[in-house]
Amino acid sequence: MTQLHADDLTLAYERRVVAEDLSVEIPDESFTVIVGPNACGKSTLLRALARLLRPRDGTVYLDGAPISALPPKRLARRLGLLPQSPLTPEGITVADLVARGRYPHQGLLRQWSREDETAVADALAAVGVADLADRVVDELSGGQRQRVWLALVLAQETGVMLLDEPTTYLDIAHQIEVLDLCARLHEEGRTLVAVLHDLNHACRYATHLIAMRGGEVLAAGPPAEIVTADLVERVFGLPCRVVPCPETATPMVVPADRRRARALTADTL
Amino acid sequence: MLPLASRRPEPPAGADGARGAGALRSGRRARLGWIALLTVLLLLTVVASLAIGAEHVAFGRVLPGVFSPDPGSRDELIVHELRLPRTLLGVAVGAALGLAGAVMQALTRNPLAEPGLLGVNGGAALAVVVVIGTVRADDALVYVWAAFVGAAGAAALVYAIGARGRGGASPARLVLAGAAVNAVFSALTAGLMLLSPRSFNGFRFWQVGSLGGREMSILPRVLPFVLAGTVLALLLARPLNALAMGDEAGRALGSRPGRTRALGAVAVVVLCGSATAAAGPIAFLGLAVPFIVRTLAGPDQRLVLPYSLLLAPVLLLGADIVGRVVTPGELETGIVTAFLGAPLFAVMVRRGRTRDL
Repeated sequence: MTQLHADDLTLAYERRVVAEDLSVEIPDESFTVIVGPNACGKSTLLRALARLLRPRDGTVYLDGAPISALPPKRLARRLGLLPQSPLTPEGITVADLVARGRYPHQGLLRQWSREDETAVADALAAVGVADLADRVVDELSGGQRQRVWLALVLAQETGVMLLDEPTTYLDIAHQIEVLDLCARLHEEGRTLVAVLHDLNHACRYATHLIAMRGGEVLAAGPPAEIVTADLVERVFGLPCRVVPCPETATPMVVPADRRRARALTADTL
Repeated sequence: MLPLASRRPEPPAGADGARGAGALRSGRRARLGWIALLTVLLLLTVVASLAIGAEHVAFGRVLPGVFSPDPGSRDELIVHELRLPRTLLGVAVGAALGLAGAVMQALTRNPLAEPGLLGVNGGAALAVVVVIGTVRADDALVYVWAAFVGAAGAAALVYAIGARGRGGASPARLVLAGAAVNAVFSALTAGLMLLSPRSFNGFRFWQVGSLGGREMSILPRVLPFVLAGTVLALLLARPLNALAMGDEAGRALGSRPGRTRALGAVAVVVLCGSATAAAGPIAFLGLAVPFIVRTLAGPDQRLVLPYSLLLAPVLLLGADIVGRVVTPGELETGIVTAFLGAPLFAVMVRRGRTRDL
């Protein structure tokens, strides 16, 4: 059994059932990426793994124990989450925002400590925003802001980091910057689980890919082993070719040109 | 695994790290400076409140008047019998309203959430008036409990109206719901008081919010509640910080937003109920004080709450002093705070501090 896994989850919002009998394993020290079409339940699964959504049935295990049995702060010292659109308190500085990642390590009797100080400074340095420490977060660019949020989760010092669409709303250069950073955090020994929209980014960065559709896992494994034109068609309903990426040799999904196909059909008529 | 704690970055990365930490350290020094400054300011205001009033009192009589009044000295008796209780009441009521406003704004992530504007104080006042008109209690404690019930009911009502329909409780909708509910409450309060003028004789000034002319038996009655509400509110500073980044981010950090909201609501009801039972419905203080504090100190609730606690009595006593000297009669404190607070409210809305409005 891996450190983080979910057994037979039934995930549902008030009326709508998103997934039934859903089981996933997150390989230890992997960079796992969950992909799938909109509303396939990938973000819902991530929320269940982070205990933001209580499964109607089934259990999520962390280190062999059901996460629902852990006190919230103890869980938050082992598993961090960057939500899709967290709110930036108005006027907060970078250092102060990142310092809030220390919340689960503090308590009434254990206020700000040297360890907190070190963790925050290291997190700022790790994502390359130490020189922005005194800046107000609202004034930063989208890419810088996302790095600051990653630093907050880093300062939490958890072995597992869950990231809900960390690249959405960023331009391509900042997307790659954030993903490179994630890859480095993974190489340093953390388990990362991210929901991504871009299949090619997923193939390029993931060590383990989970492809979902309609609340079910259709395939899971290293991208090079599971990503085929057939799988992409089954998951997204998108005809495509899968070719090796000229840069990294990971699978690259090239959508079929349906306009040309249409034009050809029109010609032959 | 988890190299962060042990992986001290080497220079030049180390220099960067030290800089980040330095920012946090210098922040803490500034913090103590502000606390000291605000405390001094509060002490000065207290002295001014003891020394300044409609009646001239020789300054040299103020200190003896506080600690050991000479029964033969009119000045010392004025200080001891009138101004000292009024000043203490002002400190308690101001602190309660400033803190309640700060907690409410943090809970709702809405800079316009304020116990006066949202009808909480109005609900407490209505409940007090209903109790006075019906049961004629002798013990002021009954009013205090009535105020708690009224404050809680008003808060629940405003939230229920403001959160209805699509989009939930946005800042604008909460304020509108609060204004509507507040208007109904003040109309009912005024109506009840007109029905039996005699039973409300001592409450005419209280209705608009006033530190003066109140029976001083109320102060020892509300003080324990103000203290309890203050302790509870201050304990919530860190959970409120976690809540500020959204419920999901807060829960991911191990906080419990539901519990924080419930405890925060209790603190607000206790603080506003106590303040209103003691001094009537005073508006704008809970709006203005946290706003000023956030402008000075940023969004960290560990600063916003204690600073609001210290600054609010300064402003309330200041307004009370202004009211004492500006007209021959005395202008009620609640009217002065409204005069000063309403323009600020307009400025806040115009500055777009609340993006949703």
